Amino acid sequence: MGVRTLRGKVAVAGIGETTYYKHGKAPDAEFKLALQAILAAAQDAGIDPREIDGFASYSNDRNDPSRIAAALGTRELRFSNMQWGGGGGGGGAAVGNAAAAVATGLADCVVVFRALAQGQFARFGQGPQTKTISGNKAYEAPYGMMSPGQQYAMKVMRFMHEHGVKQEALRAIALASYHHAQANPRAVMHGRPLDEATYDASRWIVEPFHLFDCCMENDGAAALILVSAERAKDLKQKPTYVLASAGGSHHRCGAPSHNDPIYATSNFTTVAPHLYDMAGISARDVDVLQCYENFTGGVLMSLVEHGFFPAEAANDFLKPENLFAKGGKLPLNTSGGNLAECYMHGLELQIEAVRQLRGQSTSQVADVDVSMVVAGPMVTPVSSCIFGSEATL
Amino acid sequence: MSQVNKSYLPEGLPIPAAEPLDEPFWSGLRKNKIRVQRCKACSNWQWGPEWVCHKCHSFDIGWEEIEGKGRIFSWTRMWHPVHPALNGHGAYITVLVEIPHAGNIRMIGNLLGDPMQKVEIGAMVEASFEHHEASDPPFSLLHWKCAA
Repeated sequence: MGVRTLRGKVAVAGIGETTYYKHGKAPDAEFKLALQAILAAAQDAGIDPREIDGFASYSNDRNDPSRIAAALGTRELRFSNMQWGGGGGGGGAAVGNAAAAVATGLADCVVVFRALAQGQFARFGQGPQTKTISGNKAYEAPYGMMSPGQQYAMKVMRFMHEHGVKQEALRAIALASYHHAQANPRAVMHGRPLDEATYDASRWIVEPFHLFDCCMENDGAAALILVSAERAKDLKQKPTYVLASAGGSHHRCGAPSHNDPIYATSNFTTVAPHLYDMAGISARDVDVLQCYENFTGGVLMSLVEHGFFPAEAANDFLKPENLFAKGGKLPLNTSGGNLAECYMHGLELQIEAVRQLRGQSTSQVADVDVSMVVAGPMVTPVSSCIFGSEATL
Repeated sequence: MSQVNKSYLPEGLPIPAAEPLDEPFWSGLRKNKIRVQRCKACSNWQWGPEWVCHKCHSFDIGWEEIEGKGRIFSWTRMWHPVHPALNGHGAYITVLVEIPHAGNIRMIGNLLGDPMQKVEIGAMVEASFEHHEASDPPFSLLHWKCAA
């Protein structure tokens, strides 16, 4: 077997999304939102949606590919894929799974999609309201620990303690997302700027997370269409090549009841090296980064574990101006991200990474050749992916 | 070790229901005992419970009572109510306690005392059992308080 890699074999040909709404405010059913995003991506790519022969999603998306394929009248279904576990951590892996299917001939035209309508279904940020609870959750819920923010706060608290990271570092991550959302009319927080004083005065959700350290909860849908690199060259948009995707987590990351041996981690310590190996680049080659903010503390640890700076340099590096699209050392979350554009479970970050390579972002970074996405820090499995321009091939 | 009568958090949160895998833990708390898994084949400590030993893959795992002492590995103060039973209750503290005499396994509980107290990672804590006798079914929780 030759070198096993996805590098340069597959490209994103189309991107699509619905209007993004506050949670519970979507006027449409979740399944309809999924259809709208997929059709928009096909239109963007300039392909007949009936050509789609594969579907990839994550986090137990409720919209079954067989139903979508029937609804859209696709000619045949060849690939129907779900990334197990990990919530938003599956976003990069779903792109990787779709790319692997195309690269190996399992399918020719695969759509990665995610749809959420939390009015129609349950919310993320509330605990179970059952009378009893069992298994791992029984070691948390009776102690008032039920939401993702609560489950991950202790990881971040420990990391900040070990490395002397200050609250201002988390604040910079929040300010960067809100800053970029002000240029993005699609962003739910467009027209709602955030400054340091407002952040500092905002209520605690769970220490060390203020209100603005926590993602929104939103309704909508997003989709990306992947085809072979050869096919992408003949389509409407400038191709965005998949340079790498990596997913997973370290030894016993999923040990029950917070017994992960590393613990104070975003879970990318083993994943990031695989990512860079496949892409053939290092952190300093990354021109723009979308890093999933479930909580800002997860971004902090992800940036360290992807090699952008050592933990001890976090307080110096994480200043808002270093993270801005214009002139920043590491332009971060340039659409507004999960905090301020939309919490489309991070798939909107993949779309923004593609926009940056096409030159279509509302906070465009100059001369982008390498555009990277980090999905769902602190969950397991996590994943990341790297997209590149034709010049990187 | 001590017992507390008034519960740290309001009644109405989900009640822990033992499963075959973790029944010795929950029934132990009812008797003021902390019982955790220890492999009979290789003596590896293991928490939370699993059917197999992660070190040697033996399925012959026993339960051993441990002394209720440990040190704070991490913590958080929770403010936002994530359940209707917590509405209006205010902040409370959750700690992750490392047990040095049981292979450094970690256990979760609330930190008793002033919810606004200063919490130090590394501080020594002692176990405290909270019995919910009036609950249906009755159950007990494991909490922690700073060592005297």
